[in-house]
Amino acid sequence: MSTTAAQRFLQDAAVKSADLVHRELIRRGMESYDAAHLKGRARIKDWEAARQKCQEIKREAINHLDRYLLQFEEKVVSRGGHVFWAANGEEACTYVKDLATRLGVRTVVKSKSMVTEEIHLSPALEKVGIKVWETDFGEFIVQLRDEPPYHIVTPAMHLNRGQIAKLFREKLDPEIDSDDPAYLMAAARRKLRQAFFAAEMGISGANFLVADTGVIAISTNEGNGRLCTSIPRIHVVVTGIEKVIPRLEDLAVLWPVLATSGTGQGITTYSTLIGGPRRPGEVDGPEEFHVVLVDNGRSQLLADAEQREVLHCIRCGACLNICPVFRHVGGHTYGTTYPGPIGSVLTPHLAGIKEFKHLSYASSLCGACSSVCPVKIDLHHHLLQNRRNATEAGATKSSERLMFRAWRSAMLHPRIYALGGWSMRRALRMIYGLGLAGSIFDPMRVWNRHRSPVPLPSQSFRARWRKGLGTN
Amino acid sequence: MQQKVSLFVPCFVDQLLPEVAVDTVKVLRRVGYAVEFPEDQTCCGQPAFNTGYWDEARPCAEHFVRVFKHADVVVCPSGSCATMVRTFYADLLTTSSLREDAVAVASRTFELSEFLVKVAAVTQVGATFPHAVTYHASCHGLRELHLRDEPLQLLRQVDGLKLIEMARSEECCGFGGTFAAKFADISAAMGDSKAESVAATGAEFVTAIDPSCLLHLQGILGKRHVAARTIHLASILAQESVAQERP
Repeated sequence: MSTTAAQRFLQDAAVKSADLVHRELIRRGMESYDAAHLKGRARIKDWEAARQKCQEIKREAINHLDRYLLQFEEKVVSRGGHVFWAANGEEACTYVKDLATRLGVRTVVKSKSMVTEEIHLSPALEKVGIKVWETDFGEFIVQLRDEPPYHIVTPAMHLNRGQIAKLFREKLDPEIDSDDPAYLMAAARRKLRQAFFAAEMGISGANFLVADTGVIAISTNEGNGRLCTSIPRIHVVVTGIEKVIPRLEDLAVLWPVLATSGTGQGITTYSTLIGGPRRPGEVDGPEEFHVVLVDNGRSQLLADAEQREVLHCIRCGACLNICPVFRHVGGHTYGTTYPGPIGSVLTPHLAGIKEFKHLSYASSLCGACSSVCPVKIDLHHHLLQNRRNATEAGATKSSERLMFRAWRSAMLHPRIYALGGWSMRRALRMIYGLGLAGSIFDPMRVWNRHRSPVPLPSQSFRARWRKGLGTN
Repeated sequence: MQQKVSLFVPCFVDQLLPEVAVDTVKVLRRVGYAVEFPEDQTCCGQPAFNTGYWDEARPCAEHFVRVFKHADVVVCPSGSCATMVRTFYADLLTTSSLREDAVAVASRTFELSEFLVKVAAVTQVGATFPHAVTYHASCHGLRELHLRDEPLQLLRQVDGLKLIEMARSEECCGFGGTFAAKFADISAAMGDSKAESVAATGAEFVTAIDPSCLLHLQGILGKRHVAARTIHLASILAQESVAQERP
């Protein structure tokens, strides 16, 4: 029998949450992020006002997505670029694959892009014999390990430098004899430099699509993005339709807020605007420029008035970083392209509530995610709505359904409730008195697996109230 | 005339932690309020609501609204259950005939520290508790009711109490209602991290405004033989003198 996504999640979560080495590694990584994030926010005069502004910009964009996307397309086309509207991942992959085949592409260099992960673009290209190089350092590492990114901003944060040195020795060069970060970076750079010059096609994502000017905005820290988008003769941008923003000036707040939330930087090292193919008289840039606008479930989310704002997400990763569940189970446990709170909210919309409802339940609803989101998405309340949607769709267990029906009946009758509580305490006291805590006879055994038993007072509060406490 | 408050005692406090409610009564009376306990109250509906069973939660919420409809002010020794009423009833009861009553009741419902500091304008409640205490900021109180400083203001006024800040005091303890059962391993791992923060302070007690966090945390501390014990804010505030019995 094949396991479901929910079963895999539970299994992996059990392993990872008990893995103390992993816990410590992630905690240390997140603590340095926390410090940088705090410092970064302090640099902005009024952080709350900046969040508010970003929320307003994204709301305006999402509420008029049709208009801004068409405006963006028109501008790109007027400068000689091509725009392809992909209804789903398959259409997007086919377009890029056909384009590559038609233009004789054998090697592709990629800048970091979560949308290409979402639609599985690299495997699709490799299937037709095209070599794909991930050129972001973290992505390069996880590609060598043949695993998905661990985190949407820092894909290899689960690895220490010793593991990376070992990986490079096995996969890149047996002569590698140091785990010094600069040395390892140089080794990767030597390898990638060859790829940049061999590649006929560069593929990037986009952090923003600017409607009024028809340019794409990319934020990177390693410079690989600029090499991918300027050296190869073809540049393909693969991006979600929700990335559009109305005006160029909106970047004045979105760029620093994205950088602050992502890494704590004031602004990322390379902030690039690209508007189309090389024009007559220009000395560099690609000969062909294509933008693939991916829908893949986003329009459906747009139609959901209650959760439409989920499309405001700028993929900064702040909600992953603060999430105590993410910190304990890690990115891979989610088994989704987008892990953490945003992934738990979004995935049921992109990939089905039946298969991915468990992620909306895998949260203590602590709300830390919503408190840091730079575009103020009400993430943890959307998790509650997903839970309601799952229940309404009949996707929850019938035993649970029955239990809550019985619970409701008891709660509507104070006497039944009081009697039920009294009987439960009596029964538990008896079970524990017989030394059966944690056994099959213990209805609290799941609780007791990790915790000492709950107190079982002989009298409830209401009983004590009636016996004299009630006299003011 | 003495002002009256209606006590909302969460179901699990009623059944498992009655002392928390008893201490809440003591504190409220000491600062001059008459306390009433409407005995028809049961549960606010949060377990069903949080698990997605809004149709099951709705009649419970309506029952709550009917019970407390005529109360001047409702006080609850739990940030989470107060949040259910304050933040979520309006959404849950959108189409209910009791919606207006629900919104009105919600606006008069307060968590205990919130009520004392913001409504009664009291921070000195005449308590003595000569112990080292660390404070865990329970999520619903902190992020739904925005109670960051109110519990601390009260603790700072307690005679003899030494407040020690723990690392990551605003990180969730891992309880999360049905989450603790559905994802027991994750919940326990989060509890472990919290227990570690508590132990690192060397405090004798860890306190919070949410008995549910404390119930979970006491279980974790107990299982791991950490010396620190949990105590609800109300139980600290209820302590009158050193001579009195330890909680």
